[in-house]
Amino acid sequence: MSPVNTSATVRPLVKLSAIRKSFGPVEVLKGVDMAVEEGQVVAMIGRSGSGKSTLLRSINGLERIDGGVIEVDGECVDPGQIDLRALRQKVGMVFQQFNLFPHLTAGENVMLALKVVKKQDKAATRAAAESALAKVGLGHKFDAYPSQLSGGQQQRVAIARSLAMAPKVLLCDEITSALDPELVAEVLGVVRKLAEEGMTLILVTHEMRFAREVCDRLVFMHGGRIAEQGPPAKLFDRPSTPELAQFIGMVEAR
Amino acid sequence: MLNFTLWDILSNLLLAARWTVLLSLIAFVSGGVAGLLLLVARVSPVPPLRIAAKLFIEVFQGTPLLMQLFIVFFALPLIGIETSAWTSAAVALTLFTAAYLAEIWRGCVEAVPKGQWEASASLAMTFPEQMRHVILPQALRIAVPPTVGFSVQVVKGTAVTSIIGFVEVTKAGTMITNATFQPFLVYGLVGLIYFALCYPLSLSAKALERKLNVAR
Amino acid sequence: MAYSFDFSSLLDYTPVLVDGVATTVALTAVSTVLGVALGIGGAAARTSSVKPLAVVVGAYVELIRNTPFLVQLFFIFFGLPSLGIRLAEWQAAVLAMVINLGAYSTEIIRAGIEATPKGQIEAGASLGMTGPQIFRYVVLGPAMAKIWPALTSQIVIVMLGSSVCSQIAAEELSFAANFIQSRNFRPFEVYFLATALYLALAVGLRWIFSLMGQRMFAKGVSRA
Repeated sequence: MSPVNTSATVRPLVKLSAIRKSFGPVEVLKGVDMAVEEGQVVAMIGRSGSGKSTLLRSINGLERIDGGVIEVDGECVDPGQIDLRALRQKVGMVFQQFNLFPHLTAGENVMLALKVVKKQDKAATRAAAESALAKVGLGHKFDAYPSQLSGGQQQRVAIARSLAMAPKVLLCDEITSALDPELVAEVLGVVRKLAEEGMTLILVTHEMRFAREVCDRLVFMHGGRIAEQGPPAKLFDRPSTPELAQFIGMVEAR
Repeated sequence: MLNFTLWDILSNLLLAARWTVLLSLIAFVSGGVAGLLLLVARVSPVPPLRIAAKLFIEVFQGTPLLMQLFIVFFALPLIGIETSAWTSAAVALTLFTAAYLAEIWRGCVEAVPKGQWEASASLAMTFPEQMRHVILPQALRIAVPPTVGFSVQVVKGTAVTSIIGFVEVTKAGTMITNATFQPFLVYGLVGLIYFALCYPLSLSAKALERKLNVAR
Repeated sequence: MAYSFDFSSLLDYTPVLVDGVATTVALTAVSTVLGVALGIGGAAARTSSVKPLAVVVGAYVELIRNTPFLVQLFFIFFGLPSLGIRLAEWQAAVLAMVINLGAYSTEIIRAGIEATPKGQIEAGASLGMTGPQIFRYVVLGPAMAKIWPALTSQIVIVMLGSSVCSQIAAEELSFAANFIQSRNFRPFEVYFLATALYLALAVGLRWIFSLMGQRMFAKGVSRA
């Protein structure tokens, strides 16, 4: 675990400034500032409706923001921007529902964007896909279709698909929530390995124990704002807002 | 009055049916191509394109094919294009087919889960890349049965072109009726010829749909 | 070649157009009521346990759905007199439209009926209802609610298709358009206007049916 680096000289890899977002009359993000440095592992927690998923999705442009600026490794996105291609090549995303392409094999799922977005040649995409699948422990499933894989395996392919694009940061949106309980561990194991290798990760998760063990920093969102953030141990043991205290109590009571 | 045997009547109808088949093929193929372009515009992220495609579809699905034929027939000369029953029929049926196919296919595109759009977007794919590699291959699979089913409407639609003077099987039926005074027999045969053309298409659409449902 | 459009000469023919629209509306209204009634009966027969009945209705549906409306119309208007059945233009038009819509709505309503959960029928039977009672009180309502949009589309198609009734001299909207353009030699303008009127009728028809659907099926039935 790397300590939280607060020194002003380090330029953050991901910088969110005054992010605002409304769905119709409902304002779900009310001016969020957040910075993530290279190699950090950050978990966003909070109740459903607190805005954590929306914030995560806005980082690679799946939600258009209404105000503020998102900066990832020098690529800027503001509400006026439409072309997100450069940003998205630096930001990978893994979804709750896996979203593998069902008409393609595991290997083809991984190779597709390398071919059409990165314009790599056939041999290079093949090699990259093989190594990405091997990394998530599924090198032998290259030719399997998603329907032939378990939920846990599908999610690992989805992780490999994102990793193969060599993103600077990987976003994980409740990636174990759709899994049967016995399949959660294999996916979290992969994420843990990525964290140890120094991958920058931002996770929205309900796995509190995992967040506590693996993350450098916890961000607690409440009512469209960051209510509290800091090292997991501090937040879990000495929450400074009543909302967080109640949230932790609620989660641990489950 | 000449005497017409049943074979005389049938053979003349069958000869005319060639034009029904040819016009159907032309309308279906060119309408399919135009419909694909229309579909892409209809689901594209560019609002003016989307609205224009939507309008086109609404107009062609909200007006009679007969009126579309008349308008094409009388409008093409106004813009300096020499026209015949053939070209008018082909152009009008193509536009008609394009509108219906685009709408059928839009339903298929919308049946592809939203997560597929999001996953491909998060991999930095552009709209054309998403359509080409992720969305259309999935939509196409479920689009086959209703597309085959719609081909029946195209074949039947060609009958209306007889009204602007295109000599296909319905027009031939009218001409033969005028010569033989046997409308019951002639229109009965005309109906059977259409049935022979359309029923296999209907059956295969049904079979394809059953196969798709089993596969899922 | 510069063509100057002239819609003003159409004004003189307003009564003809109004008559045409009225006739198209009347043809559509009558054939919708009778055609949907026929469709409900057809669907009941098609799903009934009486095999010969289901087969006959099936043949009717396939025959109509796989032949053009224009040919059906010609067969009825020009062909049936050979059997001694002579119909006026409007009678032939209505008959053709009813038979046509009847076949399509049989198929549409049948799909709605077959989507009824088995438990609904079993629940009706367990309450001592007879087969027809179950059909009338348990199955039909939700089935109609489910297929209402598809039925609406089909009725619009039949309304638009009625334009070919001009070919047997039924004096509906496209007949009116043909008549006018033969007098004022402005075919493009006339057909353009007639097409716009059809579009308005189609939009109006969809609107009325969506209102009816909301009124009839508002209670507790979800639109699938």
